[in-house]
Amino acid sequence: MTTAAHSGATRTLVSPVRLAQPRGRLLYRLVLTLVLLVTTIAFVGPLYWMATGGFKSSQELVRTPPTLFPTHPATHAFTEAWSRLGMGGLLLNTVVYAGGALLFQLLFDVAAAYALSKLRPVLGNVILGMMLASMMIPAAALVIPQYLTVLDLPLVHWNLQDTPWVIWLPTVANAFNIFLLKRFFDSIPNELLDAAAIDGAGPLRVLWSVVLPLSRPILGVVSIFGVVAVWKDFLWPLITVPSHETLNVGVNTAATSMPENSLIAGLFLASIPTIALFLVFQRNIMAGLTAGGLKG
Amino acid sequence: MAVTLTRGGARVDAAGAGPHDRFAALRRSLARNLRAHAFLIGALLCFVLFTWYPMIREIVMSFQRVHYGEAQWVGLANYRQITADPEFWAAWRSTLEFTGIALFFGFAAPFVAAIVINECRHAQGYLRVLVYLPVMLPPVAGILLFKYFMDPGYGLFNQILHALHLPTSSWLASKSTAMPSLVLVSTWGNMGSATLVYLAALQGIPGELYEAAELDGANLLQRIWHVTVPQTRLILSLMLMLQVVATMQMFTESFVLTGGGPEGSTTTVVYLLYNYAFNYDKFNTAAALGVIMLLVLGCFSALYLWLERRGREE
Repeated sequence: MTTAAHSGATRTLVSPVRLAQPRGRLLYRLVLTLVLLVTTIAFVGPLYWMATGGFKSSQELVRTPPTLFPTHPATHAFTEAWSRLGMGGLLLNTVVYAGGALLFQLLFDVAAAYALSKLRPVLGNVILGMMLASMMIPAAALVIPQYLTVLDLPLVHWNLQDTPWVIWLPTVANAFNIFLLKRFFDSIPNELLDAAAIDGAGPLRVLWSVVLPLSRPILGVVSIFGVVAVWKDFLWPLITVPSHETLNVGVNTAATSMPENSLIAGLFLASIPTIALFLVFQRNIMAGLTAGGLKG
Repeated sequence: MAVTLTRGGARVDAAGAGPHDRFAALRRSLARNLRAHAFLIGALLCFVLFTWYPMIREIVMSFQRVHYGEAQWVGLANYRQITADPEFWAAWRSTLEFTGIALFFGFAAPFVAAIVINECRHAQGYLRVLVYLPVMLPPVAGILLFKYFMDPGYGLFNQILHALHLPTSSWLASKSTAMPSLVLVSTWGNMGSATLVYLAALQGIPGELYEAAELDGANLLQRIWHVTVPQTRLILSLMLMLQVVATMQMFTESFVLTGGGPEGSTTTVVYLLYNYAFNYDKFNTAAALGVIMLLVLGCFSALYLWLERRGREE
């Protein structure tokens, strides 16, 4: 999809004629090498330092000049990080939060976008407008009343603090998801749905067997970003689930009381799941970024 | 009301039909609407509970105070209290400082990176993955890592500066360099997504424009200024807006790295809001601060919308 730029078919800033000349080719090689070098050092360097840091002793970590490879590689720091951080528990909490948030977002946001796009109830556009307007609200400014609301839910008076619900339900109120899904559903021709309806399918059946199979790409995008958002959130889980912390918050809580090499090992362990997720779903993530970004 | 709505919103006039048909049509329409709202209800309830109601509650709270579990109206007292606090003005100053520096670097860096990557005929996929890698880290992991790099003593950054015979810095430990250091951390961690968005925009620029500019004798920088920038103006302004709103809500970096110090120099507005609520136990004053934040950032959003509309009309 992006290989067009390589083939020389699309012309970019620098002309292909220039690049074909000997001087241009040399200059290009030079710049390319420099770019690769700088980018690798800047973006992989810190990660390399983190990955190898866990194998060093705390004394070696602070040695000047720093060592490129661990002199006496030991895995002791990793086992210590795992037990002292309670990494297993943190990981489990985060997976439960992210998985449930994903489920609720798919369930409610897809249903809502489908209703707004295809079922079109009265006041649908007003509701959509109000949802989209909430994208303008800076999330951090609403943290206080949101926190007080989940401590004592209106009418039913449930206290959701320290339960997974406090992470799951607010993620459903995601106007951007609904916007993306609705825009995608809008592009599905109504004739297709009408044909299914004439065959006797109700709206739920139409959604399940016609709309959803067509919407796999957008569902993938919404799912990945839903999971990553929960994984990366800090302020909200910090105040709402203090005794069942996420990985992100738990690492910070334990940071001050740990030996340095164990902490570095812990940071590395905490980074593995999302990095793995990224390397597997690279393509969908990059496609998703531009799907959301281009048409604001 | 003798009108039914078919799917797709087209109106079908049923006025000519008999009273019996009219009643049936009304019932059908009602059933259809009920069904549609049943699909909506889950998301709608979540919006009501976690966005719309808190919004109203924040405004109401900001004019109240709680005495022995009883909310009382106190007028503007919360606003007077928060604006009388010297920390309030300091927090806005540091937030604006962060936003300013973050825009200078954080806005330019991804754009430049995107232009450079777009010119690379090789290894483009590799570069895109690299730039985006930090975005996928749990933020605290990326941020804590920099705590070690920025240590004034053994930190990697100072060792590199020292080896290059450049002056070293005290990074997070000094009042004047703490905020720029946080910008560095945050830019490293977040520039990936903006870079990829710009990259996609750059690939949509027709090549003939560059050819024409070159024929007119425009050099490299002139081509960037007169072709690349105008062609990506819409996405640039959109990202600028999003970045202003995001950077003005900065919290995690200073909470994890500096705890708001040294001497409160990295206490941002959101940090102050957090302190008022969870350290000073003054939720209503925090709500007043939240309302002020909503107003200030709301002005930015409105300004953006106005600029965008004017840009489209031209």
